[in-house]
Amino acid sequence: MGQIEWAMWANEQALAAGLILLTGGIVGVAGQFKDWQFAAYGIDGESLIDICLLEYPRGKRKNKGTSIDRMGQRYLTICVKAFGPLTRNYFVRAGLHAVLSIPGGFMLPTVLGCVCVAIASLIYLLAAIRGEQWEPIMPQVESKQRPGESMKEPPSNPPPRPPRRAPEETARGCCICQPHSHLCQLCLRAPPRGQCDQGFAQSNNCCRL
Amino acid sequence: MGNWVVNEGLSILVILVWLGINIFLFVYYYIVYLDERFYYTRVLVGDALSWARAPAACLNFNCMLILLPVCRNLLSFLRGSCQCCSRNITRQLDRNITFHKLVAYMIAFHTAIHIIAHLFNFERFMDAQLEQNETIAYVLSQIGNGDNRLYLNPIRTNETNPTFVAFTTIAGLSGVASTLALILIITSSMEVIRRSYFEVFWFTHHLFVIFFIGLVIHGVGEIVRGQTASSVLTNKPSNCAAQYKDWGKVPDCPIPQFTGNPPMTWKWVIGPMVLYVFERLVRFWRSKQKVVITKVVTHPSKTLELQMKKKGFKMEVGQYVNLQCPSVSQLEWHPFTLTSAPEEDHFSVHIRIVGDWTQQLFEACGGEKKEFQEAWKLPKMAVDGPFGTASEDVFRYEVVMLVGAGIGVTPFASVLKSVWYRYFNNDTGLIPKKIYFYWLCRETNAFEWFADLLQSLETQMLEKGNADFLSYRIYLTGWDEAQAAHFTVHHEEENDPITGLKQKTLYGRPNWENEFKTIAGNHPGARIGVFLCGPEVLAKSLSKQSINHSDADPRGVHFIFNKENF
Repeated sequence: MGQIEWAMWANEQALAAGLILLTGGIVGVAGQFKDWQFAAYGIDGESLIDICLLEYPRGKRKNKGTSIDRMGQRYLTICVKAFGPLTRNYFVRAGLHAVLSIPGGFMLPTVLGCVCVAIASLIYLLAAIRGEQWEPIMPQVESKQRPGESMKEPPSNPPPRPPRRAPEETARGCCICQPHSHLCQLCLRAPPRGQCDQGFAQSNNCCRL
Repeated sequence: MGNWVVNEGLSILVILVWLGINIFLFVYYYIVYLDERFYYTRVLVGDALSWARAPAACLNFNCMLILLPVCRNLLSFLRGSCQCCSRNITRQLDRNITFHKLVAYMIAFHTAIHIIAHLFNFERFMDAQLEQNETIAYVLSQIGNGDNRLYLNPIRTNETNPTFVAFTTIAGLSGVASTLALILIITSSMEVIRRSYFEVFWFTHHLFVIFFIGLVIHGVGEIVRGQTASSVLTNKPSNCAAQYKDWGKVPDCPIPQFTGNPPMTWKWVIGPMVLYVFERLVRFWRSKQKVVITKVVTHPSKTLELQMKKKGFKMEVGQYVNLQCPSVSQLEWHPFTLTSAPEEDHFSVHIRIVGDWTQQLFEACGGEKKEFQEAWKLPKMAVDGPFGTASEDVFRYEVVMLVGAGIGVTPFASVLKSVWYRYFNNDTGLIPKKIYFYWLCRETNAFEWFADLLQSLETQMLEKGNADFLSYRIYLTGWDEAQAAHFTVHHEEENDPITGLKQKTLYGRPNWENEFKTIAGNHPGARIGVFLCGPEVLAKSLSKQSINHSDADPRGVHFIFNKENF
């Protein structure tokens, strides 16, 4: 189990826990349960901070190549990054979640959320002990290059394509073949024979299908 | 116009039937709790009672279903014994994991409704117990104060709070435990976690044991109470509800008596639980059988081939096995497709070295060492399986398209080898009339072990004079400038510069539209099986193409798409 980054699971758990806490808080407020003001105020506010700001942007994976980010997390990544070591360090996150979970224990609707956040806090603690850190996934800058002026007619087959011959050596043949090349574009070997018939294969030497 | 009915029709029907049963159970049990028996209960908690019991019924149904799609051996057995069934029915068994996930989502959904409704129930029961004035709620809550059997309100004292009650009743405690297990299972089953850290997913998933134990004991406390049948006759709510202050004092309305519902969940889940326990026992027993490694071959591009023998091992083409190596890890089992043909005397797997376990297996099998290894130095292996998947069906179609991407070519290695053997034994009746094989690969190294197989097939077919029966294309999807230059220089030659085969390697990705169109044109009116083992993106693309190029006319050409699940 050497390659596991516990923070990835802690992140999923914390996000789910935040949602559960939020739902519990909403039920408590909507149903006007006892102590709703005390618990619901803390919970709805805290779970919103939890979900929206802190946990939504996924961190970058240290070991493997691709890090999948959540939809629209770019702006929140910038916000979370701005807090520097407070959000980068997982000990801080573990402690924060532990503290945030306490108000949930006072009211039945939010008890489940409280326990889930506490579990997320434990997993973050494990991640922190193993020395993991939160790295932001920064968007990559794509350079767009405009195609050159000589590209009048785009080719229809994927590259690499065989060397272009002189244009006077045109061939009849399969419709699949490029009319300006003397090679069949499917097998790239022999010239096609006979008339093309809407994508049908021709002789034995060409487009062996 | 495509024909999606042929490809997707039965699956959609199964889903609709499942949804229909869910909706029926929900509505039916909602109405059951609107009955007179529960009139007084509803006085205390209102609609929340029905809203809690209806999803409970759906939960019973779905928890019964969730264990069935993961009984691998059972499904394999059904698949194998269903030779007479149409291919369509056995194809549904391939989508077992998708169904398992759907049922899991439904369980999560119903759990949410159930919990929210019970939150209201608890709160309202508490409110009723805290009543000071002589309201009907107060009177109802006081019933059964002396004798604990006939009470209505499960909260028996007003010196407590709902949270405390939740954690001191069997129902509350088991509910919290089950829900926690469910949440942990779901968060560790997210695709990101599952694909990257399989062990976390697998070990956390075993919390389902706690989930099911909690589920079964959840109803033991019998805290959902309704009037007893005899009490309804003597104290009819429609008559006596208004006279609650005089219950027991007038002869028409004695004090009502209440009892709880006995637990029902065990009746739903006992069958699948027994089946699953059986499944695990079968896996365990199979894993204890002796397996001997007869040959270890290291291939380039970090691929390890293991040839093994096990007494009584029988396989079909394209099946997979689960391997365990106790010296590497006692608890981990990993699936690998069999790359040998059933006609051979051994069975083999090709393992790509990507993670901890495969790396350690490579070292344990002496992959690092150059010299010959003694047989007794090789590690002991345990094998569970073989299990059937989509590729088993290859021989049931007259024309097949096999598409393998990268390491996904392995089940087709088994198919092609089997084809070679059957051709050799002149069993031409048992193989498809025409095979189109596509191998999409990123780098050239991965060709080596497979190129030999293709070469011998090619020679074999040329000898028999039936060169057109197998048509294969190899596509290099990752090429660079140097390779492009090399290709440009050598493209006139007879044999491919990379593989040495007569069939040239092609570059980039295939134009599927053209391929499907051509094949449809070549075989009008045929049922063509399309088999894919590769990434999801390609599966979507091929599935769409299969649907689009299938004729709406039942006599026309049909492409049936089958996907291997890894």
